[in-house]
Amino acid sequence: MSTFIQQLINGLALGSIYALIALGYTMVYGVLRLINFAHGDVYMVGAYAGYYIARAMAPEGTGGGYLLPIAVFVGSMGACALIGVIIERVAYRPLIRQSRLAILITAIGVSLLIENLGIVIFGAAPQSFPSILPERTFQLGGNVVLRYAQISIVVVSILLMILLRWVVMGTKTGLAMRAVSHSIDASKLMGVPTDRTISFTFALGSAFAAAAGVLVAVYIPKIEPLMGVMAGLKAFVAAVLGGIGNIPGSLIGGVLIGLSETLIVGYGGNIGIESTYRDAVAFAILIIVLLVRPQGLLGKIQKEKV
Amino acid sequence: MTSSASQPWWKRAGWAVFAIAVLYAIDLAAKIPVGQTDGSTRPVLNLYLYQIIASAAVNIILAVSLQLINGITGQFSIGHAGFMAIGGYAAADFSLHSGIDLAAICGGGALGESVSFVVALMIGAVFAAIAGLIVGIPSLRLRGDYLAIVTLGFGEIIRVIILNVDRVGAARGLSGIPQKTTIFTGYAFAAITVLVVWNIYHSSFGRAMLAVREDEIAAEAMGIRTTRTKVMAFVISSGFAGLAGGLFAHLFMYLHTNTFTFVKSIEIVMMIIIGGLGSITGAVFGGVVMTALPEVLRPVGQWRMVVYSLIIILAIRYRPQGLLGMRELPDILASLRRKKGGAR
Repeated sequence: MSTFIQQLINGLALGSIYALIALGYTMVYGVLRLINFAHGDVYMVGAYAGYYIARAMAPEGTGGGYLLPIAVFVGSMGACALIGVIIERVAYRPLIRQSRLAILITAIGVSLLIENLGIVIFGAAPQSFPSILPERTFQLGGNVVLRYAQISIVVVSILLMILLRWVVMGTKTGLAMRAVSHSIDASKLMGVPTDRTISFTFALGSAFAAAAGVLVAVYIPKIEPLMGVMAGLKAFVAAVLGGIGNIPGSLIGGVLIGLSETLIVGYGGNIGIESTYRDAVAFAILIIVLLVRPQGLLGKIQKEKV
Repeated sequence: MTSSASQPWWKRAGWAVFAIAVLYAIDLAAKIPVGQTDGSTRPVLNLYLYQIIASAAVNIILAVSLQLINGITGQFSIGHAGFMAIGGYAAADFSLHSGIDLAAICGGGALGESVSFVVALMIGAVFAAIAGLIVGIPSLRLRGDYLAIVTLGFGEIIRVIILNVDRVGAARGLSGIPQKTTIFTGYAFAAITVLVVWNIYHSSFGRAMLAVREDEIAAEAMGIRTTRTKVMAFVISSGFAGLAGGLFAHLFMYLHTNTFTFVKSIEIVMMIIIGGLGSITGAVFGGVVMTALPEVLRPVGQWRMVVYSLIIILAIRYRPQGLLGMRELPDILASLRRKKGGAR
């Protein structure tokens, strides 16, 4: 029983990270109908930005008190928000009137570009992330161990999601985002500054990816330039699973995939599924769900017009 | 419709024989031994270059077959590498376990070897086509981005499953595959692929595919069985991807599942977009360009892949319809001829 609870905790932490990345996919998809393949790489850049900020502020590794983690978070999120806006302005905006496929391939190109720039600039070898949070563990009943990093992942994720909900539902920019995701042309006619709204969406999504990158680096302190590929893919799967374009959907999708992944690694052996299948689990769940509910768990069915 | 269709059969057969002879001559010429300063001899084309040139043929097959799904039927598959992997592993497994026996049964020698190679490739293609059927029937009921992500998912699942099959080397990779793919066989199969896809494109079945691409609802209203058409396109395309996988396995003599990640699938998609979505000529072109590009950029050193991705971004930025757009070779030749006529 205690192992099961332990697996649930691990899965929840992993799932929160997927959910944070998935939010970026879903928001961008909502406004542009674009699968932003570069999003997973922004998450990688977020982890590296945090790494360099932490190294600059505390060269001996630890120390800096509460200011250090806050600076790492805010700095990394700010840097990635900027990168997200630059990507949108330079790479995607000129193609907005072209076919969706052209933007998609550009997104893949940008993803390759960030990965390979990362290899050149950060080096291909993995770096170990400095411990910016105290390495404390809490012994719960039985053998259940709760790590400080796990608590911070879940708490930060929840805080960010509350923030996101407030931005989307409670501010004028959020209203503009929702309008653009309904119809970009109609919003333009209604005087919504669509270009600025799209840029803002990219900034917000990229900042969330950066937060996820820093959180995962605190949790598993090994970062490398290709870390965003698999994580990004699974987060995207999480977004589709929940119903792409739907914000609570990404949350549910992310946690679902994180949980099932850790449970397969923990218990799959008992039912004949080796832990090497962990990367396939997310896709298998996705396929099963889409065959039953083609619009995802919380997605709305889009009526086909003739 | 096309210039080749209006020619008499003997003229076309003549062209085919000529093309085969030229290919064979190129292949032989590439292997002419050249004396080295240390007294040994090496072929004119070193193994590395030989493999690159032959792998362009593999990429042509991949691109042309994917064009059938993405360009002609208008669906969006990003899991092509999975079918390539199935074909490659199935063909390599046959060659490793039964290839020698079959060659002996067929009288051994060059003939026996060729027969067993072709049989291995066919087995790879059939396995991949069956996988295409299994994947296609459920997933082709989905549309657009959902279809894309499901094909991607299936591609990854296929890869992870192969990674767990010990018979084909699991995580160690499959080594010791005999080298049988030559420039000649590679391009011969590429030509067959182009010919088959070209003929499908210009058949009534191909027009059904085009109808599905242009407007699925209208096509259905006109009595086209859209799901069947899509599944057929998927199966044929997967079969050719399997063929390409077999050729790939027998060219590089080693297979590892890391070759067949979704990055490979994306690379194949980029070939057809760069070449021109919907154009078979464009797919051939894209296959060659995307093989050559990383090699041409070798002098840039560590910035190679950075430049590579920049070129892709810029190519789409300034030519979103691809290098050839939807045009085919006969269209290009015709427009060239017209221009010439106008100048006169």
